[in-house]
Amino acid sequence: MIPASFDYVRAGSAAEAISLIGEYGDEAKFLAGGHSLLPMMKLRLAQPTVLVDIARVTDLSYIRDAGDHIAIGALTRHMDVEKSPVLAQHVPLLAHAAGYVGDPQVRHRGTIGGTIAHADPASDLPATTLALGATYVVQGPNGTREIKAADFYKGFLESDLAADEMITEIRVPKMNGAGWSFQKFNRRAQDWAIVGVAAWRGSNGSGVALVNMGQTPVLATSVSKALGGGASIADAAALAVAEASPSKDNNASVEYRTHLAKVLVRRALEESTK
Amino acid sequence: MEIRVTVNGKQHVSDVEPRTLLVHYIREVLELTGTNVGCDTSSCGACSVHVDGEAVKSCTVLAVQADGSSVTTIEGMAAADGTLHPMQKAFMENHGLQCGYCTPGKVMAATSLLKENPHPTEDDIRIGLEGNLCRCTGYPNIVKSVLAAAGK
Repeated sequence: MIPASFDYVRAGSAAEAISLIGEYGDEAKFLAGGHSLLPMMKLRLAQPTVLVDIARVTDLSYIRDAGDHIAIGALTRHMDVEKSPVLAQHVPLLAHAAGYVGDPQVRHRGTIGGTIAHADPASDLPATTLALGATYVVQGPNGTREIKAADFYKGFLESDLAADEMITEIRVPKMNGAGWSFQKFNRRAQDWAIVGVAAWRGSNGSGVALVNMGQTPVLATSVSKALGGGASIADAAALAVAEASPSKDNNASVEYRTHLAKVLVRRALEESTK
Repeated sequence: MEIRVTVNGKQHVSDVEPRTLLVHYIREVLELTGTNVGCDTSSCGACSVHVDGEAVKSCTVLAVQADGSSVTTIEGMAAADGTLHPMQKAFMENHGLQCGYCTPGKVMAATSLLKENPHPTEDDIRIGLEGNLCRCTGYPNIVKSVLAAAGK
C-alpha cells in the first residue's frame, strides 16, 4: 500500500512549520513520527497534498522539571517518555502508560504531541494526560495559547487545534507521590485497548480517564466526585461510565465495554489507593 | 527529492518520490530484499530495520524521513567475512526459524532490544518482541534464541 502523491517540505522550527502550513492551507498536514498519519495515508483514509515534516525540530524534544509540573516537548518520542527518569520520579503514570503504546518499533518513532494531536479515543496517552490534568501548549500564527486537556478533545479524531496550529509542549502536574494505575485490556499484543483506564489518587483528589469509551477520551468526573465525597471504591467504580458513550465494534459490544469499564476502574482505584 | 542514506555502511544518494516507503526504497531501489513486507500495516514487524541503531517498521517510515540517517538491514548484520552476527547464529543454533519469513525482522528487533536491555528476562523478550509476529507460531525457540544471544 502506497500513499497518494503529496509534496514534502521540512521545517526547521515551529515558527517555520506554522508558516509553511499556513502557506499550503487546509490540505497540508504536519508529519511528526508518522505512526498515526502514515497508516491512514496508506489506506487512503487521509490524502494530504502536502506534508510538513516537523520531526527535525529537535528543540521540541525534551523532558524538563518545571517546578510544579513536568514540561514535555511535543516531539518527544514515546520511548523517551517511557524511559525518562524525571517522569519515573514525578509522573510515573505517564511513563508507564507510554510503555503500552504500540510496540517498541512504534515507540521509537511516535511522539507524544503526535498522538495527542491525532486525538484518537482509543490511544493511551490522550486519556492518560487527561486523567493527570495536563495542559497542552499550542503555537499558531498569532502566538501561543494553553488548552486544558479537559477542553481539548472535541470529537472522534477532532480536537480544538486549528489547521495552522501545532502542539509544542505538554505540561503535566507532578503527582507528588499519589497512587496510580494504568489498565489496558486487549486481546492481542500491541493492540489498542478495548477499554483502558488511567487513574491516580492522592491526598488532594483523584483523576480517572477512560480509553476507547466514546468519541473522545473520557474524564470520569463522577468517579472522582464520589471518591471526594467519601464513597467506597466499589460505589465510585459503579459510576465509571456516567460520562462515557461507548460504541460497538468487532472487539466488543456496548454492554461488554460498559461492564469492562466498571471492572477496570475498580481495579485501577484499588491499585491507586495506598 | 534527493536523499542521502547510509545503508549497511555504504552511502547512497537517491532521487525518490516523497511517498516512497523506506521498505520499498530498500527492496526496490537498493535491491536489498532480505527485509520483507508482511502485513504492510505496521503490525507484523517483518519489515523491521534499524534507523540510527533503533528498530523501526520500515513500511511506516518514508524514505525521505530517513534522509541523513544510517540504516542497517539484515544484510548488514554479518561481518564482512561472512561471520554471522551472534543473534543470527543464536537463531540458527536454537531453531529460531521455521519458514523464515519473520526472521529478518525478528533479528533486527531482537538486537535493538538487547541494546536497550542487555540482560532481558524471558518476559522482557516476549514483551520486547510484541511487535514481531511469527505465523509459524515458533515463539518458544525465538525467545530461546534471544536468551542465548543475550548470554554471549
